[in-house]
Amino acid sequence: MANNDVIIKIEHLSKSFDDKKVLNDINLEVRRGEFVTLLGPSGCGKTTLLRILAGFIASDEGTVSLDGKDLLGVPPYRRPLNTVFQRYALFPHLDVYDNIAFGLKLQNVPEDEIDERVRKVLKMVVMSDYEERDVESLSGGQQQRVAIARALINQPKVLLLDEPLAALDLKMRKDMQIELKEMHRKLGITFIYVTHDQEEALTLSDTIVVMNGGKIQQIGTPADIYNEPVNSFVADFIGESNILNGTMLSDRRVNFIGHDFDCVDEGFGENVPVDVVIRPEDIYIMNNTEKTQFTGTVNSCTFKGVHYEMFVDTDEGFEMQIQDYNAFEPGSHVGLIIKPSDIQVMHKERTCNTIKGRVIDAGHVELMGTSFECDAHDFEPDSEVEARIDFDKIDLLDDKEDGTLTGEVGFILYKGDHYHLTICIDEKSANYLYVDTNDVWDKCDMVGVRILPEDIHLGRPKAAPLGKAEGLEAIP
Amino acid sequence: MKKLLAQTYIWILLVLLYAPIVIIAVFSFTEAKVLGNWTGFSTKLYSSLFSGGVNGSLLRAIENTLSIGIIAAVCSTILGTIAAIGIFNLTSRKKHIMYFLNDIPMLNPDIITGISLFILFVTFSVTQGYITVVIAHITFCTPYVVLSVMPRLKQMNPNTYEAALDLGATPFQALWKVIIPEIRPGMVSGMLLAFTLSIDDFAVTLFTKGNQGLETLSTYIYADARKGGLTPELRPLSTIIFVTVLLLLIIINLRSTKTQGQGSKKH
Repeated sequence: MANNDVIIKIEHLSKSFDDKKVLNDINLEVRRGEFVTLLGPSGCGKTTLLRILAGFIASDEGTVSLDGKDLLGVPPYRRPLNTVFQRYALFPHLDVYDNIAFGLKLQNVPEDEIDERVRKVLKMVVMSDYEERDVESLSGGQQQRVAIARALINQPKVLLLDEPLAALDLKMRKDMQIELKEMHRKLGITFIYVTHDQEEALTLSDTIVVMNGGKIQQIGTPADIYNEPVNSFVADFIGESNILNGTMLSDRRVNFIGHDFDCVDEGFGENVPVDVVIRPEDIYIMNNTEKTQFTGTVNSCTFKGVHYEMFVDTDEGFEMQIQDYNAFEPGSHVGLIIKPSDIQVMHKERTCNTIKGRVIDAGHVELMGTSFECDAHDFEPDSEVEARIDFDKIDLLDDKEDGTLTGEVGFILYKGDHYHLTICIDEKSANYLYVDTNDVWDKCDMVGVRILPEDIHLGRPKAAPLGKAEGLEAIP
Repeated sequence: MKKLLAQTYIWILLVLLYAPIVIIAVFSFTEAKVLGNWTGFSTKLYSSLFSGGVNGSLLRAIENTLSIGIIAAVCSTILGTIAAIGIFNLTSRKKHIMYFLNDIPMLNPDIITGISLFILFVTFSVTQGYITVVIAHITFCTPYVVLSVMPRLKQMNPNTYEAALDLGATPFQALWKVIIPEIRPGMVSGMLLAFTLSIDDFAVTLFTKGNQGLETLSTYIYADARKGGLTPELRPLSTIIFVTVLLLLIIINLRSTKTQGQGSKKH
């Protein structure tokens, strides 16, 4: 089915709307006949990418080629691609037959050939006998079948699908997923599919492209993405997971939740801070507390159909989510084991906030457009500096007025015993602060940000011409 | 008692509204010069109206009114539709500015529109006559077409145009085969509105018709009334216009109930 024959090649593609970067240096190769899913939360740029491929919007930078030929210079009506839209976008003034025949009629295909092809494609989407029907009298699922037929009849080289099932109810969505997969297998056409539904992506795709904030986070098969997420965002977005801070002690040895574990990862170095991901179904839970790796107390237990979902507080104070076929009573003391191969270790994207700024005077520094008090007497006024602030040294305040800065709570990650928040200070200039806190905040909360002067550590920026070794090692 | 009062009220209201029209209609079937004198049943005023009585000037005024109305309606529908599509695709801020600019001519009193167009034509020394009246009518009709096409555009699936392009239609084909059929109801009602506005207009026409003797129905009647007394032929004319409008209304109402009936069957 899939081979190494590249049909679409995207290189260094970028796009901004009103100074906001929605696509940031996208590089992607799609193989002929592949089912590729662009997956991410809303606003991650996946739909923008699809619309650039279809030709509805222009990109700012970068190239896209189809079969080795430039695609971006071709107007949408000459691209050998067809799109299935989220809200179907059928033409209400035409009946089912004329909707499907629309593309062929424009190409002046002879009547009897159109007739034959419409019948064939209607049969494929199981909509025979509906030719004469008014499209607005059809159900959502039927309309989507017509939309798929209307796109496929033109025999596109690539079919683009923009959340085609999002408007359908759950049962219909499941049925259509199976049918889409079957159609893809039969036709051998390359599918590029956009969705925010991780389960749909895992079910349908040959390859999943996880996107966030206009960047590709990870490209891989569904199993790769699920079992070996490259960062905490992917781990959190795909499926349920326990994401924890850890330290790589040496090759194949990692410490987290206060215990040392054997694992299978190598090459991180010694005593390096890492993120650790454990899927809830990969933690073995038992009543026997001896000979287990660690112990805890069951906090809650909920029946979820196939399995029970339990939250266990470990003796060291970390909360773990666990799925098991057996129920364990809340309050019972349990033993827990994690196999080495089930521990996924990831590089940390950062270990503290690193912010470029400018010294105002000996007592003040400008960071993110705001003046902060701090000890800057080692630096010339107006010199460029890099400020380092630890995640847990930033106070978030309910009242915006009390803080030096105002921000909006973005991505929230639970790390077992605390929350790791991304605070968006200014979206346009991509100013983000990363904060560890025990307080519960909701996404989109507006917060005041306060940083004490002694918690801002200044250093010379790495690229500065007179850069002395100020002890600023590279932050991954 | 309450019911009786309510019924009396509605009947008084209806009589007040329709009595003048009924009186004119009744007295269109008699020959008397003065309204109110009944000199026996006759259809002479009708035949006189169509055989070019009153020196044919009334008939010419009717012709002018209709032809100006049709030209203005067609042109303003084309201009207004293009404008609506353009405005619809602007960014939200520019769109609001354009909505605002589009509203001003509609809220502006006719007399101001008339005077400003008059000054405009004089400034550029344009000879005023049929053409200037047509231009003036297109000018004040276009914003109404924009207003009646816009809701159809808003109702349209935002991806419809893209879907047409995606299936191989050039931008012009997409406009012709997809967008226009979609917004056609809005265009038709806009055109009807423009036509009635044009026929109805007095103030703007008066200022832009020049002094070459061009008359539309409204300016003709005005001039006629000032000369003293109304031409008797206006009675059959008013009757015909009233009956035509009545028939049109009935047809429109019947059609809308019919489509509603279909709609409810579907769902």
